Amino acid sequence: MSLEVLAVDDSRTMRDMIRFALEPAGFTVHTAEDGVHGTEVLDAIDPDVIITDINMPRMDGFGFIDAVRDRGQYKATPILVLTTEAAPEMKMRARNAGATGWIVKPFDPVKLVKALQMVAG
Amino acid sequence: MTSSDPMAEIRASFFVECEELLEALQDGLRELDEGTDDGETIHVVFRAVHSIKGGAGAFGFESMVQFAHQYETVLHAVRSGEIAIEPDLLNLFFRATDHLSDLVRTHRDGLDPPKTERAALLGELEAKTGSVPHVETVEEIAFEPIKVDVAQTVMCEDAPTNALTYDIVFAPEPEAFETEHDVAAYLTVLSGLGELEVHCDTSRLPTLNQLVPQTVYLSWLFTLTTEFSQSEIVSVFESIDGACDLQISARSHVNAPEITPTLSVDRSPIQQPRKTDQRAVRSVTSKAVVRVDVDRIERLVNLVGELVINQAMLSQSLVDVGLPPHSDAVNGLEEFQRLTRDIQDSVMMIRAQPVKSLFQRIARIVREASASVSKDVRLVTEGETTELDKTVIERLAEPLTHMIRNAVDHGLEPADARTAVGKPAQGQVRLSAAHKSGRVVINVSDDGRGINRKKVRQIAIDKGLLPRDATLTDAEIDNLLFLPGFSTASDVSDLSGRGVGMDVVRTAIHGLGGRITINSTPNIGTSFSISLPLTLAVLDGMVVAVAGETLVVPLNVVTEAFTLSETAAEQVQPGRFVLRVRDGFVPLFDLGAALGYRPPCDTFINRVALLLTFDDKTRVALVVDEIQDQRQVVIKGLDDSHYRAPGIAAATILGDGQIALILDPADIVANAPKTQARERVMVEA
Repeated sequence: MSLEVLAVDDSRTMRDMIRFALEPAGFTVHTAEDGVHGTEVLDAIDPDVIITDINMPRMDGFGFIDAVRDRGQYKATPILVLTTEAAPEMKMRARNAGATGWIVKPFDPVKLVKALQMVAG
Repeated sequence: MTSSDPMAEIRASFFVECEELLEALQDGLRELDEGTDDGETIHVVFRAVHSIKGGAGAFGFESMVQFAHQYETVLHAVRSGEIAIEPDLLNLFFRATDHLSDLVRTHRDGLDPPKTERAALLGELEAKTGSVPHVETVEEIAFEPIKVDVAQTVMCEDAPTNALTYDIVFAPEPEAFETEHDVAAYLTVLSGLGELEVHCDTSRLPTLNQLVPQTVYLSWLFTLTTEFSQSEIVSVFESIDGACDLQISARSHVNAPEITPTLSVDRSPIQQPRKTDQRAVRSVTSKAVVRVDVDRIERLVNLVGELVINQAMLSQSLVDVGLPPHSDAVNGLEEFQRLTRDIQDSVMMIRAQPVKSLFQRIARIVREASASVSKDVRLVTEGETTELDKTVIERLAEPLTHMIRNAVDHGLEPADARTAVGKPAQGQVRLSAAHKSGRVVINVSDDGRGINRKKVRQIAIDKGLLPRDATLTDAEIDNLLFLPGFSTASDVSDLSGRGVGMDVVRTAIHGLGGRITINSTPNIGTSFSISLPLTLAVLDGMVVAVAGETLVVPLNVVTEAFTLSETAAEQVQPGRFVLRVRDGFVPLFDLGAALGYRPPCDTFINRVALLLTFDDKTRVALVVDEIQDQRQVVIKGLDDSHYRAPGIAAATILGDGQIALILDPADIVANAPKTQARERVMVEA
């Protein structure tokens, strides 16, 4: 079964890297550029797992997680935070917002795949 | 793309993105500098540096990550209001940005990043916030798994420098299996934490006749190399706690297998990622943009060039077969011609780029130049969105850099001299671009002391470039700056005294089909104006015949054409003629003689004079034998291996397949008969 992933990151390079890491592993990857765009994309798809950056224009990762959790259908969708920021208070905030786990950039594609399979598989 | 390696493509795309981010970064800093920022600006600036850091980390560009991290830390302090923005700090940000672009470029081109500068800048940045270690590489804080409605939570942190190896002995008790625990699930989770080796201990397994089915005889030895803390590992076994025997011990010596932080193709069986339409998703929020390899555009431009030539040949052959002018074929061809021109314009538009990138480079030059001569200089730019052919922009960088250095070094006075004459201490250099009647005009001006004409004149005389008794107008003296080998800097500074004079600048501008003019007022400042064609690829030209040769005169300088009568041309001295035009006299140049095709002609009667007006408003008349056509021609550059004949700009292929040279009329007038030009100066004076 192909897992559907929504990856939200404002960096094109990061989106490319995620796509590059996940598509060969059989994931269907959707991308969005920021939180607002992410919620728009969510209208059209039903991902099994969501990956999001924290620092983004318009709506940051925290806001995005909030917005996702506010929608009943995504209450249980695993959300992984993917960011370069590893400050503990950031992790607290993400966890409080409802993130499932944390992945620090730069990520290893093999581990990203495993992590996603574990949370969503 | 030449490479089909997906990683190389992402890498290339990362560098393109970096350029965009750096541009946003510079824009943001400038807004902060000019006070035109809003609340979002500092966040944009922060995110730009942050994204560069993120990408750089993915590719393992350590020096870039380290520098961006320190820079980001200071920006973060500003963002959170811990540090106030001050001119000094902005100056540091500008320099840090310059250095960051250097890092991006050196990594892109595989060069060694500049080390000394980085150390100094890192020091300055650290001084603002204190040294900040690389948070993610010294990650020690345990992140407790978050129980959401999924079976397992996961953390995957990749910080190879801090990985430890743990020996884990795991012996589940029968209760574990009674509560539906599955050892395989733990293997999966553990392997998600790091590098996992699994050894199953079967030593206690009895022979079959002694085996009690309800007893667990197996235990496992896991060797886990992970950057996660021990408590993290313990937490994995949280739900099986009490139903197993668990021993975790960290090995004292870090003996981690090498974990590369970068994506590498051989780590996993990775095919070419599907070319799904990511851009389509992207376009939801921004204007759709397609990134195209320049080579492809180059090819398209060449093909359109061929199309124009081909179309010209076709019209020629229709004329040759003697079709009536209003026949369907001729009408159709006219339509074809119009379409060709439209296609050409559209293709040219693809190549056009805003001059902004160039202006940003210049901003950096101003910062560096002003620092090296200790002058306070402000750069004001205008018309950054003006578009110009990409090649032209690239080739403008060097002459513009030189001009800007000149302006800062020679144009602007030191602060005390400025205040003495009532000017603000801070000097101003203005750089502007604008479209003006089918050309792009770029202006570089300073509010400095103006050209010291007395000195210029003296130097020209000293260097034997000017007769001692010559009387020149101000404009003519200013133009002496363009003479080869001329340099006014009596003391050679290491900034602009590099033996490159304004003549090199002028040559470069001419090479782009452009003109450069000077305007200077004592104590008010000096202004250089560069006028450039929109594109290097096509030109509206007048096809003329001279002494049996076919030549093309750029149409934009031709203002009128006359058939000469006996009285029109007047000889002012042997070999020197002027043409009487309605409102005065204009020097007359015999093109055939100027190019050496034939000796000066005895009579101008029945020949044609083209009245040319140059950017500096000077007018000359060029005598040719006949006007043949007026058409768009495709410019074919002359190879550098050819002798660069004065007055010849390029070549083209005409409709009949004949090759014609494209003239550079201003160059003919100024250079072709060198002595003539200088004489002209004196005659007119």
